[in-house]
Amino acid sequence: MITVNRYVCGYCGACVGVCPVCALELVETWIEVSDGCIECGRCVKLCPTGALSLEEAQR
Amino acid sequence: MRCDVVVVGAGPGGSMAAKTAAEKGLRVVLMEKRQEIGDPVRCAEGVSKARLSSMIKPDPKWIAAEVRGARLYAPDGSSIVMSEDKSGDEVGYVLERKIFDRALAMEAARAGAKVMVKTRALDLLKVDGSVRGVRAMRYGEIIDIEADVVIGADGVESKVGRWAGIDTSLKPGDIEVCAQFLLYDKSIDDEYCEFFLGNELAPGGYVWSFPKGENLANVGLGVIGSRSEPGAPVKLLRRFVERRMPEARIVEMVVGGVPVSGPIERTIADGVLLVGDAARQSDPITGGGILNAMQAGIMAGEVVADAVSSGDTSVEGLMVYEKRWRESIGKQISRHLDLKEFFIKLSDEDLNNLMHSIQSEDVSKMDLRGMLRVLIRLNPKMLWELRHLVM
Repeated sequence: MITVNRYVCGYCGACVGVCPVCALELVETWIEVSDGCIECGRCVKLCPTGALSLEEAQR
Repeated sequence: MRCDVVVVGAGPGGSMAAKTAAEKGLRVVLMEKRQEIGDPVRCAEGVSKARLSSMIKPDPKWIAAEVRGARLYAPDGSSIVMSEDKSGDEVGYVLERKIFDRALAMEAARAGAKVMVKTRALDLLKVDGSVRGVRAMRYGEIIDIEADVVIGADGVESKVGRWAGIDTSLKPGDIEVCAQFLLYDKSIDDEYCEFFLGNELAPGGYVWSFPKGENLANVGLGVIGSRSEPGAPVKLLRRFVERRMPEARIVEMVVGGVPVSGPIERTIADGVLLVGDAARQSDPITGGGILNAMQAGIMAGEVVADAVSSGDTSVEGLMVYEKRWRESIGKQISRHLDLKEFFIKLSDEDLNNLMHSIQSEDVSKMDLRGMLRVLIRLNPKMLWELRHLVM
């Protein structure tokens, strides 16, 4: 699953814009990940701050 | 709650749409998910003087600086200067967006729009498949706002279009991922915007410096998503600043994504219009989005007023918006998409050669298009596929 490091995240919403399945949401200063996430990793690659990661262990 | 039109997002596009629709006599709700309109900024804040002034009277309260022109640097450091009156489509004023955005929302409010902050759209309300408003969360409570039309001005992270069946998701090559510092450094030239090109500095993008007065500037960069990696924009920006201005005092940091996809297939659905970054109307070459969003917002407000009064808010009733924005701002967006697709493929050597070719010419009085024309004349082989852009 996608995890968000809130200490790194700049809450810009770029990840939300690139998500192909609309699984992310920017709420004020944090990112919410919904069950619809398909773990494609596009948001991870594109995050300007590197705040997102795809946790291998839980896949 | 019931109104004629709900505008989702109180950036420049949403506020102009709300203002225009309210002036035409519609009952308008302008909702913003943040508790503070205009903050945090996700923008380099540069706009053309002439174009901005055609839409709103400039107010010193939200103008941080006026610039005389722009300097463009190739990877090897060679450069050219463009004067403001000609490069004016790209630079002129550097705004204070935190104040500017709130001022525009206030214009909408004064025109009669009801502004609701800390109100986040959750979904579209639909009756028999057609859009009938927005379900939102306001101060933690769920509320339904019924309306004939919903204008999605919800930015790069737009959901309104997707809820209405328009796929606005951006592929990696359709977004510039950016980082920016507001910084103080003695080397900042208060009178010129600066642009630095180079695949090492900013792959498929550029570094910018937009002065905000008294040696303060927005210094940032964008990287094309397809060539980015996690955290690259922030890493590259820190490197640029550490190398070029090691003594800089960084007083603010922001990040963001800029759509550079060019025009998307459609920006309307039954009862729905998209405006600004949500409609991917930002400029694929410069990344500028404020003025296109404002212009589209005005068009959307006008079209919605006509549609509501004629009782046809279907796709057919809103089609005028689609036509009008494509025939105006859409043309430049399309041309600049072709330019961007070409320029992101150039090597540093190509960029250096182009710069050297034009250095002996007097470009100070040219706009971007005029410069391109000269570049094509001087480098016909290399730029052959761009010739249609200056015809």
